[in-house]
Amino acid sequence: METPDSNSVSAPPPPFDVERIRADFPILGRLVHGFPLAYLDNAATSQKPYSVIQAVDAYYREINANVHRGAHELSIRTTQAYEDSRAVVAEHIGAVSADEVIFLRGTTEAINLVAWTWGAAHVAEGDEILLTKMEHHSNLVPWQILAGRAGATVRYVDVAPDGTLVMEDYDRLLSDRTRLVGVTHVSNTLGVVNPVAEIARKAHEAGAVCLVDGAQAAPHMRIDVQALGCDFYAFSGHKMLAPTGIGALWGRRELLDMMPPWQGGGEMISEVRLEGFTAAPVPYKFEAGTPNIAGAVGFAEAIRYLQRIGLEEVHAWEADLTAYALDSLGAVDGIEIFGPREKRVGVISFRYADIHAHDLATILDQKGVAIRAGHHCNQPLMEHLGVDATARASIYLYNTRSEIDALVDALGLAAHLFGVA
Amino acid sequence: MTGHGNEGLELSSLQDLYQQVILDHYRRPRNRGPLVGATHTLTLNNPLCGDVIDLMLRLEGDRIAEVHFEGKGCSISQASASMMSGVLTGSTIQEALQVMATFTRMLHGDMDAAADTDLGDLRALAGVSKFPVRVKCALLAWNCLGELVGPDTTHS
Repeated sequence: METPDSNSVSAPPPPFDVERIRADFPILGRLVHGFPLAYLDNAATSQKPYSVIQAVDAYYREINANVHRGAHELSIRTTQAYEDSRAVVAEHIGAVSADEVIFLRGTTEAINLVAWTWGAAHVAEGDEILLTKMEHHSNLVPWQILAGRAGATVRYVDVAPDGTLVMEDYDRLLSDRTRLVGVTHVSNTLGVVNPVAEIARKAHEAGAVCLVDGAQAAPHMRIDVQALGCDFYAFSGHKMLAPTGIGALWGRRELLDMMPPWQGGGEMISEVRLEGFTAAPVPYKFEAGTPNIAGAVGFAEAIRYLQRIGLEEVHAWEADLTAYALDSLGAVDGIEIFGPREKRVGVISFRYADIHAHDLATILDQKGVAIRAGHHCNQPLMEHLGVDATARASIYLYNTRSEIDALVDALGLAAHLFGVA
Repeated sequence: MTGHGNEGLELSSLQDLYQQVILDHYRRPRNRGPLVGATHTLTLNNPLCGDVIDLMLRLEGDRIAEVHFEGKGCSISQASASMMSGVLTGSTIQEALQVMATFTRMLHGDMDAAADTDLGDLRALAGVSKFPVRVKCALLAWNCLGELVGPDTTHS
């Protein structure tokens, strides 16, 4: 395109065209109960673009075989596709090498791997694991299991009324007994973005390692594990346009090398004798059994899709939409929104008058508006907030202002049914 | 916000689900609170959604003299417990289990069950059958009852 009076050398990036993006997602064209789908449950899982669906489809149609096994053409090409996918993920998050990326089912499995391997080797009686009160059950229960087996103690950093971490409490609880600090990058209930770089730096000063749960962050922002300074970063593909059942653990090579293997089986060994085995090098040491090859291929394509649009552009669109949603919901009498106004993503938990979140979700669904209701695998945080459930609307790159309007409009129906003035 | 006077099927199903009598039990629950002299108590939750019902019975022989509950959760789970307490007070265990069976059939769409006057206010919950994922909400208090006094109980 020509710009007559421009003397800049590079063209500006294409403007963020949400309608063009929406056209990439076949499911967004469907109706739900006769209404256009307004999918606002992206913190649970995202929808998938054609390019991801087609990448998985093409993998099965054209090259399907097992990895690292055969000398035949399909196996060679499958192995290449799988390892290329690992390289895409590694490059995307700033890993030093692809070997630092382990393909797993998702964030939950990634955290469990660290708890069962690094944890078993480094956490002993009297040691402490430091988490926060806003962790998802996935970054809570694995450590409680480890602490129970090792005789260690789990401590929790407090959450302020506005939903941010109380950093003074972190400073107070961090000690030379702390072996690991586990923190979520973005809260799956409050949307708050935590100061992970500062948390990791302080953890290292105290001699602890730092694991970051990136499930709710990686879909929405550029992740650079070197800048964050953490030691482990766990995230899921399905929340960032990839298929379900694929995710990744990034870890520092020197830590991964020293960790014992986890599940035993094929793929994770170097040599097996009746007297015992030697483990394969990373990442294969942690990938027993035939992996989710098609999932990995889809994961890489999802990342390429996000890169083509640009995560900065995605972030800017979502920031604008989040502000609009906070304003729109905030203008409804009787709405209480949890979490801060700034330093957050578009995961918006709220209550409305005395209408329970499950009732809201049922009513909104009848108008085609999909939200989540409940404790969001965040029961300790719910207790801390003094609620038993919240409604949660969570946005992604393909959401629009008119979908936020549909949400607010459907809240009007809930008010009508419940006789809320 | 626009008006919601005439929006077709989705509204009529929702109006069936959220009848005034249900909202009344939700907002002014009957027999809610501790039960002095309770002979049978049980707390159950729906782990996926977090709804909780703590059911308390005072039995005199095989008669349910009093039913109380505590709980938190959606309008359906709490209204069902409140309505149950009213319907079952004074009934025998056998009668209560009969009501439970009829109520359960109604939630699964049995129109004859929905016409059974033994259900009293509980008939207002017939609309739940159109919303299968909410059936477990309506049954939570009844699962407590079944575990406490049902044929397979381990709580006697």
